[in-house]
Amino acid sequence: MTVFLLRRLLQAIGVVLAMTVLVFLGVFAVGDPVEILISPEADQLERERAIRELGLDLPLWRQYLVFLGNALQGDLGRSFVFNEPALQLIYQRMPATLELALGATFLALLIGLPLGLYAGLRPNAWGSRTIMAGSILGFSLPTFWVGLMLIMVFAVQLGWLPSTGRGETVTILGMRWSFLTWDGLLHMAMPMFSLSLSRIGLVIRLTRSGVRENMVMDYVKFARAKGLSPNRIVFVHVFRNILIPVVTVMGLELGGTIAFSVVTESVFAWPGMGKLIIDSINVLDRPVIVAYLMLIVLMFIVINLLVDLSYSVLDPRVRLESRE
Amino acid sequence: MSSTLEVKDLQTHFFTRAGVVKAVDGVSFSLQRGKVLGLVGESGSGKSVSGFSIMGLVDEPGRIVGGSIRFQGRELVGLPEPEMRALRGNRIAMIFQDPMMTLNPVLRIDVQMIETVLAHEKVSHTEARARARDALGMVGIPSPDERLKSYPHQFSGGMRQRVAIAIALLHRPDLIVADEPTTALDVTIQGQILAQVQKLATELGTALIWITHDLSVVAGLADDIAVMYAGRVVESGSVDAVLDAPLHPYTHGLIGSVPSRNRRGAPLQQIPGMTPSVINLPPGCAFRARCPRADGACLETPAMAELLPGRTARCFHPHLESVPA
Repeated sequence: MTVFLLRRLLQAIGVVLAMTVLVFLGVFAVGDPVEILISPEADQLERERAIRELGLDLPLWRQYLVFLGNALQGDLGRSFVFNEPALQLIYQRMPATLELALGATFLALLIGLPLGLYAGLRPNAWGSRTIMAGSILGFSLPTFWVGLMLIMVFAVQLGWLPSTGRGETVTILGMRWSFLTWDGLLHMAMPMFSLSLSRIGLVIRLTRSGVRENMVMDYVKFARAKGLSPNRIVFVHVFRNILIPVVTVMGLELGGTIAFSVVTESVFAWPGMGKLIIDSINVLDRPVIVAYLMLIVLMFIVINLLVDLSYSVLDPRVRLESRE
Repeated sequence: MSSTLEVKDLQTHFFTRAGVVKAVDGVSFSLQRGKVLGLVGESGSGKSVSGFSIMGLVDEPGRIVGGSIRFQGRELVGLPEPEMRALRGNRIAMIFQDPMMTLNPVLRIDVQMIETVLAHEKVSHTEARARARDALGMVGIPSPDERLKSYPHQFSGGMRQRVAIAIALLHRPDLIVADEPTTALDVTIQGQILAQVQKLATELGTALIWITHDLSVVAGLADDIAVMYAGRVVESGSVDAVLDAPLHPYTHGLIGSVPSRNRRGAPLQQIPGMTPSVINLPPGCAFRARCPRADGACLETPAMAELLPGRTARCFHPHLESVPA
């Protein structure tokens, strides 16, 4: 177990290092931030002073080493634009994205699992066909369009839900959260649903195929031969087996949901990390881009680790430790 | 004495797009308390479907379309599902062929055993656990208390089959349907399991239907035998009588194709041809295309007839000449 975690940690460090090199090269190749950051009217002296202050006068490899040195001390640099530590900028916006992504995943499971179960148990019923057709719509409709339609119906025409911002927030652990207030929840409702729609479709299809695969297995027939009630067979025997693929896929999707909630955040003006990274890329604010990507990579690695660990809870066959 | 189980002219058909598969089409046998019936046949002869029919576990698109299954005088065909479920695992239990597949891989053994106890009896969790432990001990699993906490993958195939047998025995059923329970096991384990099951069935007075394609297993275990071919029982009687002097040419061929020490060096006899598909089976004796004795009479379906006391066969030209007087 310890060896496993250590190995994972080393892998994580390797991945983060490789990623920083790529981002440094990538941002360098895209353009020179100086052109965007310094006003065209500035004279030569001012320009050079600014360039030196930002550390952009050094060759790229030196810049990289300086960055690495600072990073080891927990300093990922200051934003060229806001002149604030990059990490702080990201942390301020992270709770918004996190609660949106987690909420969307939770909603996807809450809606997708029961519908998928139903569709799997009654594959030929009229309701199941409707659910399956709906699930195709769910993951083929573009997110931004769904978002706009939601705004049009629920915000503009019915006036039930607010269409922008996070609403009232509560501060816990120095971070602001919307999901703990009613007003915040109302603000979350539409972006969360729009982000979860494609995941609902995914969960439905995963669950349905899992149910259909498992219901014909011998262990189900044996459970029936034991005289168990249909409810126990479905919710204890089959459900545990279905959860394994669902948890894996949804866990991996969670990283993607966090990283790519950009579109939803833009549509609903949700002040999350996605919006920050888009703005930073526009002005080539390298420290923010690098810090953001490092954080996302770390998050992916942590999520994958959690998925692996939960997998071993769900599936005794892949338990890592040997007990005796 | 009334029979534990009386199956009469059972018909279980599967309604597929390719046609009606008459997997079981006229199966009759009866079984007394504490007796063992060997249900023998090749793959696809309908022996497993017969077993599932008795359990009321025939899956779509299959359906019992005719005949009767009387269990302790009670008709099981058409019995409402809740009543059938109350019998299943309680009075009638089943053991499956592949022990690697029958236990749920993600649930601990104790969970899978205790739920079986609680499905049929209102007892405390502790008592259910004690029953589960006793049952594991009964089938010869060492340190049952610890093993209860294990997961199926921590057992070998033979051990898993013992667990499945222990589960089947939890309620001391009156009938166990065993569907080739030793086919997937090593020969050494096979012997142990056979001996164990036989001992337990005798001790508990449980009647046993042992479904197999292995004549040698039946010879050592069963009291009676029913030979199936293409969905029908073609011959039945006591094991000794049938194996010594088979009446039906198919049984004759089956026994002839078992290697034996008495005919050492001689080529093994075979039954020519293959088992017919049971989709749209033409009328008449299903075995006639492979039968050395077939003639024009075999174009009609022979009825099951008692040719000798206690022995029935479905044939116009039985091997009566080989029966010792």
